Amino acid sequence: MNARALLFCLLFPFAAIAQGFAGLGSAADGFAVPAPAPVFDFPTDHALHPDFRIEWWYLTANITGPDGTDYGLQWTLFRSALAPEAANGWQSPQLWMGHAALTTPDQHFVTERLARGGIGQAGVSADPFAAWIDDWTLAGPGFDQLRMTASGPDFAYDVALTAEGPLVFHGADGYSVKSGDGQASYYYSQPRYALSGVITLPDGTVPVTGSAWLDREWSSQPLSDNQTGWDWFSLSFESGDKLMGFLLRQSDGTSFSSATWIGHDGTVAAYSDGAFAARPVEQSQVAGGDIPTTWQVTLPDRGVDVTVSAINRNAWMNVTIPYWEGPVRITGSHDGRGYLEMTGYE
Amino acid sequence: MIRAGLQALLSHWWRNPLQLVTLLGGLALATALWSGVQGVNAEARQSYDAAAATLGEVQFAQLLPASGDQISEATYIALRRTGWLVSPVIEGRRENVRIVGIDPLTAPGTIGPITLTPGTDVAAFLTGRGQVFGTTQTLAALRGLIDADLVEASDIAPNVAITDIGVAQRILGLEGQLSRLIVAPQQPLGQASLADIAPQLTLRQPQGGTDVARLTDSFHLNLTAFGLLAFAVGIFIVNGAIGLAFEQRRSVVRTLRALGFPLHVLIALMAVELLVLALVAGGLGIFLGYLIAAALLPDVAATLRGLYGAEVSGDLQLRPSWWLSGMAIAVGGTGMAAASSLWRLARMPLLAAARPRAWAMAAGKGAGWKGLISVALLLASLLVIVLGKGLLLGFFALGALLIGAALGLPLVLDRVLALGQSMGKSVTASWFWADTRQQLPGLSLALMALLLAMAANVGVSTMVSSFRLTFVGFLDQRLSSELYVYADDPAQAEQLVAYLAPRVDAILPIQSVQADLAGLPSEIYGYRQHATYSDNWQFLTSVDDAWGVLGRGEGVIINEQLYRRANLNLGDEILIAPAVYLPIVGIYGDYGNPIGQAVVTEALFVQVFPTSVPLRFGLRLPSQDVPALSASLRDEFGLSAGNLINQAGIKAFSLNVFERTFTVTTALNFLTLAVAAFAILMSLLTLAGMRLPQLAPVWALGLTRAQIGRLELVRAIILAVVTTLLALPLGLALAWVLLAVVNVEAFGWRLPLYLFPLDYLRLGAFALIAAALAALWPAIRLARTPATDLLKVFANER
Repeated sequence: MNARALLFCLLFPFAAIAQGFAGLGSAADGFAVPAPAPVFDFPTDHALHPDFRIEWWYLTANITGPDGTDYGLQWTLFRSALAPEAANGWQSPQLWMGHAALTTPDQHFVTERLARGGIGQAGVSADPFAAWIDDWTLAGPGFDQLRMTASGPDFAYDVALTAEGPLVFHGADGYSVKSGDGQASYYYSQPRYALSGVITLPDGTVPVTGSAWLDREWSSQPLSDNQTGWDWFSLSFESGDKLMGFLLRQSDGTSFSSATWIGHDGTVAAYSDGAFAARPVEQSQVAGGDIPTTWQVTLPDRGVDVTVSAINRNAWMNVTIPYWEGPVRITGSHDGRGYLEMTGYE
Repeated sequence: MIRAGLQALLSHWWRNPLQLVTLLGGLALATALWSGVQGVNAEARQSYDAAAATLGEVQFAQLLPASGDQISEATYIALRRTGWLVSPVIEGRRENVRIVGIDPLTAPGTIGPITLTPGTDVAAFLTGRGQVFGTTQTLAALRGLIDADLVEASDIAPNVAITDIGVAQRILGLEGQLSRLIVAPQQPLGQASLADIAPQLTLRQPQGGTDVARLTDSFHLNLTAFGLLAFAVGIFIVNGAIGLAFEQRRSVVRTLRALGFPLHVLIALMAVELLVLALVAGGLGIFLGYLIAAALLPDVAATLRGLYGAEVSGDLQLRPSWWLSGMAIAVGGTGMAAASSLWRLARMPLLAAARPRAWAMAAGKGAGWKGLISVALLLASLLVIVLGKGLLLGFFALGALLIGAALGLPLVLDRVLALGQSMGKSVTASWFWADTRQQLPGLSLALMALLLAMAANVGVSTMVSSFRLTFVGFLDQRLSSELYVYADDPAQAEQLVAYLAPRVDAILPIQSVQADLAGLPSEIYGYRQHATYSDNWQFLTSVDDAWGVLGRGEGVIINEQLYRRANLNLGDEILIAPAVYLPIVGIYGDYGNPIGQAVVTEALFVQVFPTSVPLRFGLRLPSQDVPALSASLRDEFGLSAGNLINQAGIKAFSLNVFERTFTVTTALNFLTLAVAAFAILMSLLTLAGMRLPQLAPVWALGLTRAQIGRLELVRAIILAVVTTLLALPLGLALAWVLLAVVNVEAFGWRLPLYLFPLDYLRLGAFALIAAALAALWPAIRLARTPATDLLKVFANER
């Protein structure tokens, strides 16, 4: 392993777990631990929680160009703390990692940034809301009105986001259990942003519109020792209903599942382990490994039985700790679009 | 059975400890010289690599403060927030150790403590007291003085300590400040312009051309040539020793096989025996090599530091790659030397008789085809030099030349001895010359070793001395101004010029820009027309009135590197700036710099590069006024020592550096000659025992034993004298190939060959003394041979 990869594993337990470095994320020495029945305080809770080990602001978007071409956008800011404290200057134990991606049906652009906390290079403030790393920003007067920018050597985007619904809290009012051992995180989403803006590709700029989904999650021990990776789905059906579901794969071959149904009428229902199922249907050779790029996803309680397939099978996030993340198309009992993230396959 | 066989085989060494000593000693010496030299080279290269990685100047562009010393952290953040992927570096000195602070999160991959391996505590590096990485020596200087954990890391450049940027700022007392920013090779779209965000910073492109490793290659080449030649000499010795041992053991082999010992087991046993011997000798050699390298390294380090400013650790480390390669070369060399003997053993008829003396003479057999091979190799070498291109072929030519010459040596010696024989009139003289000639085959391997050692010494000494003369001459040309002044910024430069104008004879601004000339990274210099240049600079080749044409702005002069690499010629036009083509009117030698250079007049330079401002100035003034002017400049402008360079000082320093080079060369001369002397000693001792039957009749005819001993000594000296004389032209040929072929291929410059007769005389004397010392003991032994031994020869024949 090269020095950079090692650095990542030590700094970002999330990535380390994805790499099979289980155990690094499970001890929560000195850090705060999520407790059931949380009471959130907004806008403060949109900002960082330095007492917790890890945290992310994770936005994915399904967008369309004027000619009907489907694109996917990703903007992610991860925070990882070496110690449960905030400090100014280089001494700050808070570290930041940003991932930005732009997926077209046949191309996938990815770039990555790293930053130290405490010097202003990256951070999150609550009011007005702003999350940034280097020149990338996700900021606006409030959480409902945001401008999102990112750039890489060969792509860039600059889009506006307008929330069209309330925040959605996963699990038990935002306390999301991640394993049979009780590991959990705080987890809420804004699944209904309307998006419009411009993307820049090597061939030029393209005006786009679409919808975006923002996840907020923080914890100190998100996964259990025996969990080797996860498959996360955010599905937006044409009916206006949405479904978030994930599988945490375990080393014994079983998995732990969880899901949230977000009805078009505003109903929200959480499903615990077993209700939501996802089964790989087709593997693709991506970056030298087999990655399931077509899935059969079911949530019988809501009559969901759909095939979820990648718009671009090669949406491989070739960052220091690689994973797969890209837009998907949904057919079957429901039609629609969504996003799929798969870690731990390398 | 195997045990018995092994015992029988090994008993040979018990009975012939001298041969064992020859074998082990020869191999150990060869390995020692080779691995010693390689150890020095490896240590130096490691230092360069570490330095290059630390500085990042070689691989990456950088943002530097244009004026003032530091960059504020706010500027860094402003750049990052507008799409500049830059990584901060802070540098400073504590206890003469260069403290370098980096940010591992933004630093390009190859920068930073390369020792970040599993188990490294990243949290400890980034937060808390912090960690400082450095070599043992570096850390020793810092111990107790800084508040951070010290972590030893062998692959960091000497005298450099690397730590996190926050820790470095604290240690250096430079909180919130940065020295420079490393620019990542890939930058994002939509980046703001530097002029908008940080107009005070200048972007400097990667300094690939100043790669110190390239500059110092010529120095390492000397060492490597020495190592290789010494090893070749050693292998000659080993080949002789192994061949003789095999021959003498024929009777043992015959007996063993007659008793039913399988041949393949026998061969395997002998191979294993050799392997063990090779490992023992290799281990010994590596130990000796380590001692040699450790003894040489401080001088080498001082030389490199002085010549090129390259920091080389004076501390030798035992790297696995180094001792493994030493072992490999010992075992491989033994294999090479033993292959033919094992082959002959495998094909030997079951009852073949032992003929040790015949073996010793066997080198004389096939003299004809050896002569042919020798001529063929010499021709091949010539052909490669004339037609070939490339460094490898240059080395091939070198090898072919040396081996060809060595193989031809016995033939030439025989001719010379025949000449002596024809002139000798007395009976004793006739016997002496005839006996010397028939001794020749047995001694020829040792004499070849002497030839190679002497030739290598002549060749490398000539190269080093020629380089020194050329370099000193080059310094005289280049450092023709008495004093050099460096201004910190354009404003200071202006003040300096105003202040100096009435005080000196001439101010010669030195200004340059980086450019691509004929597709090669180069620098263009503007020079102020002054007699200093036309009087001192010498062209390798030029058109008539080159300075006149140059002065009118109608031409350009270029350095030898550019001339050779781009295959340019006088009169060729080169593009020095958009739409400015100038013909080449002169080529000058340039030995302090690996990249291309072109020089035009100041007037033309200013016209083509209007934004360039000269910050360096050469000052002409009577040399006795230099100290006073230096002092007044220091007082008036607060110039530091680094801003004022005194020509006399720099020359004295350079010469001092060369003295160090000679220390190294002399030590290697001595060692290679020692190896050759060892070869002669062993050959004579081996032959002495076999020669009794030939000397006994001479003794019986009336020569005293003392006379015979004296003649033995004289014989050795005559052979050594002839060999040494023959080595001289070979050494000069070697030097010529090194200077005119290998140097051109490796560095783009051709050094003139100078002759150093006194040096050769001294080397020749060393060689003779070595040979005489080697022959002394065998001669004394012979002179003291008991008369009974000589009588025995007649009693029972053999």
